[in-house]
Amino acid sequence: MTNATAKIFDTVIVGGGLMGSSTALQLALAGQRVVVLEKDHPGRHASGSNAGGLRRLNRHPAEIPLAVAAAEMWRNIAALVDSDCDVKLCGQVRVAESTADLEMLQKRVALVRSLGYEHEQLIDRDQLYRLVPTLAPHCLGALYAAGDGFARPYHTLTAFRRKAESLGVVFHSGHRVQALEQLAAGWRVVTEHGGFTGRTLVNAAGAWADRICALLDEPVPMTVGAPMMMVTERLPHFLDLVVGAASRMLSFKQMQNGTVLIGGAHLAAHDMAHETTAIDFTKLRESARTVRALFPHMKSVRIVRAWAGLEAFMPDRLPVISESARAPGVFHAFGFSAHGFQLAPIIGRILAEHITGRPGPLRLEAFRIERFNTTNAIAESQ
Amino acid sequence: MRVPAGESVAAAVLVHALDHTRTTPVSHAPRAPFCMMGVCFECVMEIDGIANRQACLVPVAEGMQIRRQHGTGRIDE
Amino acid sequence: MSKSARLAVIGAGPAGLSAATLAAELGLDVVLIDEQASPGGQIYRALAEAPAKRIDLLGDDYRRGRALLRALHTSGAEYWPDTSVWSLDQNRTLGILRAGRAAMLQFEQVIIAGGAMERPVPFPGWTLPGVMNLGAAQILLKSAGVVPAGGTVIAGVGPLLLLVARQYLRAGVAVKAVLEISPRSNMLRAAPHLLRATAGGSYLRRGVKYTADIMRAGVPIHYGVSRLRAHGDRHIESVEFASHGWRGRCDRMLATDSLLVHFGVTPRTSLVCAAGGRLAWDTSLQCWRTQVDQWGNTSVDGIAVAGDAAGIGGAISAEHSGRLAALAAASSLGHITAAERDRLSHADIAWRRKDLRIRPFLNALYRIPPEFLVPDDATIVCRCEEITAGQIRAAVREGHTDPNQVKFLLRCGMGPCQGRQCASSVAHIVSATRQIPAAACAPFRVRPPISPLSIEQLAELSMADE
Repeated sequence: MTNATAKIFDTVIVGGGLMGSSTALQLALAGQRVVVLEKDHPGRHASGSNAGGLRRLNRHPAEIPLAVAAAEMWRNIAALVDSDCDVKLCGQVRVAESTADLEMLQKRVALVRSLGYEHEQLIDRDQLYRLVPTLAPHCLGALYAAGDGFARPYHTLTAFRRKAESLGVVFHSGHRVQALEQLAAGWRVVTEHGGFTGRTLVNAAGAWADRICALLDEPVPMTVGAPMMMVTERLPHFLDLVVGAASRMLSFKQMQNGTVLIGGAHLAAHDMAHETTAIDFTKLRESARTVRALFPHMKSVRIVRAWAGLEAFMPDRLPVISESARAPGVFHAFGFSAHGFQLAPIIGRILAEHITGRPGPLRLEAFRIERFNTTNAIAESQ
Repeated sequence: MRVPAGESVAAAVLVHALDHTRTTPVSHAPRAPFCMMGVCFECVMEIDGIANRQACLVPVAEGMQIRRQHGTGRIDE
Repeated sequence: MSKSARLAVIGAGPAGLSAATLAAELGLDVVLIDEQASPGGQIYRALAEAPAKRIDLLGDDYRRGRALLRALHTSGAEYWPDTSVWSLDQNRTLGILRAGRAAMLQFEQVIIAGGAMERPVPFPGWTLPGVMNLGAAQILLKSAGVVPAGGTVIAGVGPLLLLVARQYLRAGVAVKAVLEISPRSNMLRAAPHLLRATAGGSYLRRGVKYTADIMRAGVPIHYGVSRLRAHGDRHIESVEFASHGWRGRCDRMLATDSLLVHFGVTPRTSLVCAAGGRLAWDTSLQCWRTQVDQWGNTSVDGIAVAGDAAGIGGAISAEHSGRLAALAAASSLGHITAAERDRLSHADIAWRRKDLRIRPFLNALYRIPPEFLVPDDATIVCRCEEITAGQIRAAVREGHTDPNQVKFLLRCGMGPCQGRQCASSVAHIVSATRQIPAAACAPFRVRPPISPLSIEQLAELSMADE
């Protein structure tokens, strides 16, 4: 296909989710002309259907500096996107239900301190029940991060997109990438609606990022998963914090409207051919049992909806935030392994800094794409 | 209140001319049963201490405690 | 609870009753699952228990269901009343709730006979107590003998308005007015279909008779009604409307503490959507229906839809489509050959075709005018989350161009009813705002559970393979 009308940009971003939108916004702030190509509509998958957690608590050590820097941005997110994204910095706890749990959390605090961070602290039983009065009585204490919280994912995405659009970024929905053509100085991204040319190409394609990598002849051991979430009917206010557990898969929070959002990264079945997910009720039952164990008063509360969004997972559960090792002018940001939402503002800033040739102080070694080619790959943790 | 057995809670409260059966959690507007077939969820009430039960799908039983639901309703236990 | 049943039929209305009955007669292991306490669906609701006087009042269209109930009883089909279905996946695993316990059961074939629901049409004041669906009022009459004691106004489209007005008059209920909203121009639209409408003549004659009966009782019937609104503070106190007679428009206000509305019926599609079945926008019905072949098979292997859930055909047509789906299921399961299936289906196909001939005429005659499909900015569209048409329009203009994006942004369709009351209105508003056909809008994605399940019920869920 030949395309007479010039669709020439500084940067072409593949993926209209939160990572792509955040990167587009930062590049626009740096004066770039940017186009974002989205195969569906922005927020169709992970960015619209995640739990919206703003969590530094219990992050992989490599991610802590990023999460801490991102938390600074979330504290004043309206300054960046002209909307508060319904951010609620209510604190997050990770409760200990046994002495083994408690020891694990103590080790965690020691680790965080040794790295020079203060955002996570251990709280005792009394402090925990003051913060979460409806918690089942058997808990012994918790890991606590006071400034953590949550935001509303689709609103956040919309705020980032609108701000980026106001700075001239062009978003195209329904533009699925068909081919990538390397030019003398840049890339031409071919879609069924024509080609888009840029000096730089950003791969923020989420659960489809490995396909972009494949087009670049840069295979990655990425897998796709669909973390399940469920939400209850509206309830009277009973909970301020986001509650997780040391030895259970749980993320439990009451939204501003009274509904309770229950996650914990139990995975749904998924079908990449049709780009659909199917709830795994055996695992969802596990989630309900966890809720019943920790919040017995929820027993007769009803689940209104359960869903799952397609996300990219890496073997070590760390994202790829990296310049391509094979393709010049290509940057990757994918594989956030179900905990990318909080990082999005800083990822956009970091990528924009690297793309415009002014890298900041945050170190990205742990997130390089080359790590999967070497034998000393970073061990899986968490 | 005495009603024939087998009748739905919603039918029973409508016979007894309760002007509304709940207020909404969003604006606290009054609402009453609308579809009578389990589709619209307008008829939710607190039945035997449990909020958000669809009165049009619950048959009346002896000694049943039926309360108008205000907003989100309460969670007991 | 039997786990060996090979065919599940969901819904015990005319389609489900005839499907389950025929399937059992053909030797299939069949279970008929229904949310209600007794069989009959909404059309024959509570027929088995209704006193004779009530049956007389409701007439032959109601009495007809008795034969279906008897046939089910002798067929050998297993019947589970008071059982709701909250999930169905593409592998035909069904999530049910029975006696407070949730279970997942797998079937080889599933026939969904979920029927229809009354078309939700938002207008100012439609959320006020005292405003109720006309079909809901019929359910109250059938199941509890309840009528609006203080009199009522009946508004909307179609023959049901006249039918119920006449029943009420006979039951001594004061009908203050009948407001028919279909514009006169619909007659021009419908006329070309009349010739093919086999029963069109008798249909029209019945309409004329009912109309005469109602007018003789002194009840005004207003045609071409527009600007319908219910007024009141905590309860409806009056209804305002404009009637369009031969002498032009006339604005009116009637004091009433009851307004019963009916804008036709639309297929119930939640369950088939949950299973991933494809829907099609029906421009004639002005709503989505399930995409099915002549046997009722959906796009999902082993899942069929019979009766009004597939597209509105009414109670008689539903019986035929139920039987056709049962024949197809029996053939798929090897109980009969394809040749036997075809031979046994001749009569049903012929009768159904004949019965459906009137539909294009009715759909055109009772087509909902755009004013009612696309409400004013201030009108609440999503009853659960109290989202107005104006908010939806604004979201579309801000670039949330698909109903599912509107849902993400506004929570419109995220309340307990899961969008059943607002889905088609959102599609109409999106389509009108973007000036694209409604068929180009994607339906809301349906998320399980399609009816709520408590944490305790989910925690105690018994799985198919356990």
